[in-house]
Amino acid sequence: MARHVVAPVDDIPPGGRKLVEINGRAVVVFNLAGEFFALNNRCPHRGGSLCHGKLTGLVQSSEPGDYRYSRKGEIIRCPWHSWEFDIRTGQSWCDPGKVRTRRYEVSVEAGARLVEGPYRAESFPVSVENDYVVVEA
Amino acid sequence: MNIEVRQPLRAPKTRYGIVDCDVHPKLLLEDFRPHLSNQWWAHLQTYGLRPRHGFAKTYPMPKITPQAARRDAWPPTGGLPGSDLDFLRAQLLDLYDMDYGILNPLSPTGQGDQNPDFSAAMAHAANEIQLKRWTRREQRLKSSVVVPYENPEASVEEIRRRAGNRDFAQVFMLSRTAEAHGRRRYWPIYRAAVEAGLPVGIHVFGYAGWPLTNSGWPSFYIEEMTEHATGQQAVVASMIFEGLFEQYRDLKIVLIESGFGWLPALGWRLDKHWERMRDEVPHVKRPPSEYIREHFWVSTQPMEEADEPEHVIDAMKWIGFDRILFASDYPHWDFDDPFLALPPSLTEEQRRMIYAGNAKKLYGLA
Repeated sequence: MARHVVAPVDDIPPGGRKLVEINGRAVVVFNLAGEFFALNNRCPHRGGSLCHGKLTGLVQSSEPGDYRYSRKGEIIRCPWHSWEFDIRTGQSWCDPGKVRTRRYEVSVEAGARLVEGPYRAESFPVSVENDYVVVEA
Repeated sequence: MNIEVRQPLRAPKTRYGIVDCDVHPKLLLEDFRPHLSNQWWAHLQTYGLRPRHGFAKTYPMPKITPQAARRDAWPPTGGLPGSDLDFLRAQLLDLYDMDYGILNPLSPTGQGDQNPDFSAAMAHAANEIQLKRWTRREQRLKSSVVVPYENPEASVEEIRRRAGNRDFAQVFMLSRTAEAHGRRRYWPIYRAAVEAGLPVGIHVFGYAGWPLTNSGWPSFYIEEMTEHATGQQAVVASMIFEGLFEQYRDLKIVLIESGFGWLPALGWRLDKHWERMRDEVPHVKRPPSEYIREHFWVSTQPMEEADEPEHVIDAMKWIGFDRILFASDYPHWDFDDPFLALPPSLTEEQRRMIYAGNAKKLYGLA
């Protein structure tokens, strides 16, 4: 397990997402109103690229005729078969018992700290003035 | 950070030379211009398409995604999914190292249009477009002969015109027709297909003017997706009980995009009724399941996903591993990834047959 600097914070605005590569694995990083989350980009159903999916909310019902829409922007739907995943947990809403996509710990770190610590930022320079998204994987 | 997003996942060590039996090229209306007479082009501009259903400006049911397409299938060059040959090569033929893809163009092709002459003109143009924009530019792709099936005479002409042209792999119909598929009004189409040595592919969809279910229009798109299987059951029963396969012993039918898990149960049921009521259809000489096994092929997509994968294998056994053809449905949202779709417990031989061998034999591909 290592900590990877994947992007300057400004690269992923609220509601945005970014596909990054960590140890050869595609990981998608989301910004939910300032909170960052990272999921394995590969849909555990049939392999679609979650980063290319649609950001949506959760539609629930307690009985026929009742519709409740919540958690707008916190659910990602696979671009292929539209399976839904909770961005916060990676859990599938189609088959929550068996299926989830792997979730990674994410933090935001100041550039000044990163230049000193045990971090890997292979593909772009880290400047002390900026904040960065760091994924643990 | 450059990432190849769609590297094949779990690419098999063996090269199967996959044949994808359901690839949808998007034909654009402007492509029809050079292949329609001035009169039909003016007709298209003035009156537009007129399918046999009451929602002429839209689909009767909503779709889950724009153009019912994978969200990553919109070409980077702009344009609609399935409209860019280079992108289709990259995202399908090259990515999965396919030997062949069978093109099955859906709307706009004029199939099922209320105006029989316009339908014929559009279908002819759709075939010219397939040749010009796809098949002649990419030898791995094979066209389907789009026929204006509600105009059987014109359909026969179109099939005869294409007979012997190796760019065409099959005759192409949709599952929802004005009358049941086995009815005699369509027999000239089947006869012409047999004479041309072409199988007849029946792809789900098309709007026939009839509601999707026995009780009218359903409320939800999810029900339309389910109806494809029951619709194809009616196709199979009609063809068998009308005596189609007694009349045309070499007729080959491919059921496209309807899955196959339902086929064994249909066979049991048809056999049971036939044993009791065969005097109603004395022209049906043998148990219906025998006609199914002799005359029908099924495509895999949308692949059955059972809790117990062995149940899928059981259904495949009943149908026959030599009758199952791999299909992806590219670029549509319910695309099946060739490397992930098939049940893992298939034997190597069965895998080869489904990926490529059966289709190459059926369609006469080297």
